[in-house]
Amino acid sequence: MPKFTKRALLLLLAGVMLSASLYGCTGGTNNSATPTASAQTGELSKGNSVTVGIAQDLDSLDPHKAVAAGTSEVLFNIFEGLMKASPDGGVIPAVASDYTVSDDGLQYTFTLREGVKFHNGNAVTMEDVLYSLERCAGSENDGTPLISAFSNVTSMEATDDTHVVLTLKEPNLEFINSMTAAIIPANSSDTIATTPVGTGPFAFTSYTPQQSMEMKKFDGYWGEPAQLDQVTFRIITDVNTLVMGLQGGTLDMVIHLPNSVRKEVEKQFTVLQDTMKLVQALYLNNDVKPFDDVRVRQAMYYAINVPEIIEFVCNGDGVATGTSMYPAYTKYFMPELAENYQQDLEKAKQLLAEAGYPDGFTMTITVPSNYTQHVETAEVVSQQLAQVGITANLNPIEWESWVSDVYRGRDFESTVVGIAASDMTGREMLERYVSDNQKNFINFNSEEYDQVMEKALTTLDQGEQTQLYKQAQTILNEEAASLWIQDLCDLVVMNPALDGVTFYATYVLDMSTIHYK
Amino acid sequence: MMKTLVKRVLLLIATLLLVTILAFVAFSIIPGDPTSSILGVEATPEQIAALRERLGLDLPIWQRYLHWLGGLLTGNLGESYNYGMPVAQLLSTCVTHTLTLAVLAFVLIVAISLPLGIIAARYEGGVVDRVLTILNQITMSVPNFVAGILLVYVFGLVLRLFQPGAIVTPQAGWGPYLWYMLFPALAVALPRSAMTVKMLRGSILSELGQDYIRTAYSKGNSKTSALWRHVLRNAMIPVVTFLAMTVADIMAGSIVVEQVFGIPGLGKMLVTSIGNRDYPVVQAIVVLIATVVVVCNFAADLLYRVMDPRLRGR
Amino acid sequence: MTTRNWYGRLGLVLTVLMVGFAGVGMFWTPYEPTAMVGADRYAAPSLAHPFGCDQLGRDILSRTMEGAGSTLMIALAVLAIGFVAGLLIGAFCGYFGGVVDALVMRICDALAAFPSILLALVVLAVIGPGKYNVIGALGILFIPSFARLVRGEFLKVRDRDFVRSARLMGVYNGRILFVHILPNTWPTLLSGLTIGFNNAVLSEASMSYLSIGVTAPDVSLGRMLNEAQAVWSTAPWCMLCPALVVVLTILGVSLLGEGLRERMAA
Repeated sequence: MPKFTKRALLLLLAGVMLSASLYGCTGGTNNSATPTASAQTGELSKGNSVTVGIAQDLDSLDPHKAVAAGTSEVLFNIFEGLMKASPDGGVIPAVASDYTVSDDGLQYTFTLREGVKFHNGNAVTMEDVLYSLERCAGSENDGTPLISAFSNVTSMEATDDTHVVLTLKEPNLEFINSMTAAIIPANSSDTIATTPVGTGPFAFTSYTPQQSMEMKKFDGYWGEPAQLDQVTFRIITDVNTLVMGLQGGTLDMVIHLPNSVRKEVEKQFTVLQDTMKLVQALYLNNDVKPFDDVRVRQAMYYAINVPEIIEFVCNGDGVATGTSMYPAYTKYFMPELAENYQQDLEKAKQLLAEAGYPDGFTMTITVPSNYTQHVETAEVVSQQLAQVGITANLNPIEWESWVSDVYRGRDFESTVVGIAASDMTGREMLERYVSDNQKNFINFNSEEYDQVMEKALTTLDQGEQTQLYKQAQTILNEEAASLWIQDLCDLVVMNPALDGVTFYATYVLDMSTIHYK
Repeated sequence: MMKTLVKRVLLLIATLLLVTILAFVAFSIIPGDPTSSILGVEATPEQIAALRERLGLDLPIWQRYLHWLGGLLTGNLGESYNYGMPVAQLLSTCVTHTLTLAVLAFVLIVAISLPLGIIAARYEGGVVDRVLTILNQITMSVPNFVAGILLVYVFGLVLRLFQPGAIVTPQAGWGPYLWYMLFPALAVALPRSAMTVKMLRGSILSELGQDYIRTAYSKGNSKTSALWRHVLRNAMIPVVTFLAMTVADIMAGSIVVEQVFGIPGLGKMLVTSIGNRDYPVVQAIVVLIATVVVVCNFAADLLYRVMDPRLRGR
Repeated sequence: MTTRNWYGRLGLVLTVLMVGFAGVGMFWTPYEPTAMVGADRYAAPSLAHPFGCDQLGRDILSRTMEGAGSTLMIALAVLAIGFVAGLLIGAFCGYFGGVVDALVMRICDALAAFPSILLALVVLAVIGPGKYNVIGALGILFIPSFARLVRGEFLKVRDRDFVRSARLMGVYNGRILFVHILPNTWPTLLSGLTIGFNNAVLSEASMSYLSIGVTAPDVSLGRMLNEAQAVWSTAPWCMLCPALVVVLTILGVSLLGEGLRERMAA
């Protein structure tokens, strides 16, 4: 029976992909997609618009300052960089039409695309591009780059009105992937966070904190136009209200719905399944006792049972990761690492005893209460840790508090959350654990790791880089820097009248391909 | 009468001042610096100092309090740390939702409990009274969030009389808005209505046993006419006090029930703002709710004095 | 007028049953309340699990028992704090009166203006969630209402003849307060206690429902109801048992209080 469901899902997925790509072939001729009566409910949809339920508020509308994956996922529809993410995990030209790299890998020359307009109607000029890039490099704060890849850029120059040359300190194989950093109008720093203006297929209309963000189709878009006229993201931090919104007809679509309520919506709605493209872990603050002791971290890793967690939280459909990397990174992902810590309570107790905690200890798992998947995982973990005498109390907090206290403030013992990559570089998933990296919220500190990463980030040899990244991943696993769990299963639930979901290899939600059947 | 009124008003002002002091001091002495959640860990001491100055956190507490109180009185509730917008603007829609919900709940309580209470007392011991008493006890025992969940299922998802999870605003017209608020208001009102019915019934019955009613009977009044002419007015006095006391519970109930129905009201805003240490928002909400409660109690007190001749002139 | 005695009797029976249920839950449950069984996720009621299982395959009956136990413990502790402190403050203010009384009552008025759940929310946000913090927060918030109640009663009794004569006989104040006056106020205080108990149960359930009260791995009825809400049509049993326990407990205690009042009045 499970086999059958899995196959059916695969077929369904394939079908969706196919229809999405077929649609791509017919080009823009079909964009008069009209809303139809939903067969199941018999209700007429409200115009060519869609309301999407999301589980968290947006931490900032400034594309260079937003840190939450749930925010970039939404802003993806509004902003574009010189390049933009493609579904397979690579990048394709966006505001730039083309780029060349010098032979030594140090100079990137981008050609601006003709006819790209901002949502305010102005054409994108070289001034805007330079302004945006310099802002990312830290021109408006104390010089700390807002986007870390820019720390490697020594100069940015416009050679003429359409060409910009970026010179790097050291070659970087993945640099082009970071060029997805948003292009915003020149000198819009003061207004960008309240009235974001970008070049994407959707234009921002309004934002009400804790309630909703609205965007409408941008008619002047340079590329394939969006098929929906309007999209409203409803911020609903409570899974009960999400389900209620779907069942009551307020929401047309919910992304990342927890598996535990899947049955409830399956009958009435289309459910598409993929993985979330993130690494869920019990992240441990390596600066806090007793997690500063590697034996304690390893003991905890031996105490938990990852396959069981995946079974409980994702019905077995998540993928164990074993380190800070998820399977969509086909090049770097090492599934064998997930095998290293099979549940072994005896070994766990022994390690705890060696570390001086023969009777265990009491700890707190801080968890963002809006993400049911993480809360459930924390509950399962807590129960598993109890078997070796560790009492893990949950402390559910608001998402905003999580971002400010746990992530920015590093004021926590442990937390269950998912870390995603904003672009498909090994750097995104691994550089954050370099000891002095500002994103290193778990305060991981390993000289060996720092050295490996330094080499990996500067090598020009693709094969060597892959090897180094794998080495770094192995260190994270062996040191049990955190208890790496899984790439969660991801459910997109929507009105059966909707179609056109494209799953990306990154944590991105592309609304432009979604349409009514 | 005038003297009492002045005294009462002075007491009201004193209570309100105490409320603002409590709200302000509570958030000023608790640990956790709002600057760290605004600036993050990488902030330099200079940045923190600058921000503290901008937010006025460098002043002594009494100066901050007076400054804040002054703003409060002139309608300036300060600026949200988290969203950088004026608190008044941030709260405007939430306040509408929560106050509408509370007022509607209050109206429902009165509308449900007065007739039922009178009927139960009029036909004391009869079938209607017994059924009502049993229903009452049960309704009283259902927490309002459980009542809310049931209402969502029955009227929202099964009967589809309203759309749960929708955000309806007064801009959609007051008709649809009140209809949308009716169900959550019912969830808030039900347990309280049951208590009020019981209260009113008891109050009427004890009045009916008084000497002056016996006199009324002896003058040939029927039970019904005695009830209407003499009893109700006196029986209502304790009920008014009780209703005033329920205002605090209605506000509390609204906060919880909002979550069940997914209404973006003060409850949600409060929980999030507390978590974010967004104190200007929290203080504003706390003072607002407390003011509503205090003023309602004040009004009830006045009404009580007007209704009860024995207290007039005291 | 005593035809309603069945009231109090039913209340007593229900209360004993529910307290018994919760009391047993403190020490023994059919299954470990946190034990998770993969195959039993959302298992429907059966002989093995009479009230079914939840999203993580945990036995709902066991969880409800433990949850009821912790609710009972919290409610009693809250009452203990609120009542003892309220009694001392109220007795003092009611008996002596004066400036202190006026001031304390003003503060109580101001505190009463904040709905208790609102204050509890704020307090818990500051000191963090958890069973003991809930007890502390609610306990303190329950003081003003008890203080008011006690004060009112003491005020009524303090000028009665037997108190006056005691005073004239030179009995010291502490003895007058607690030996002479207190027993006379029991009827009112007892029914106040039953109401307070129900309020504590309600507040705890509501707070846990809002996920700011008792947190995992501790079990609470409010959070069980929250978790059960989304699966109302596919796993309605998740809600049944905890909801019944909350409702029946409150019903029982309020009937009992009713009965007590009737008896004292008679």
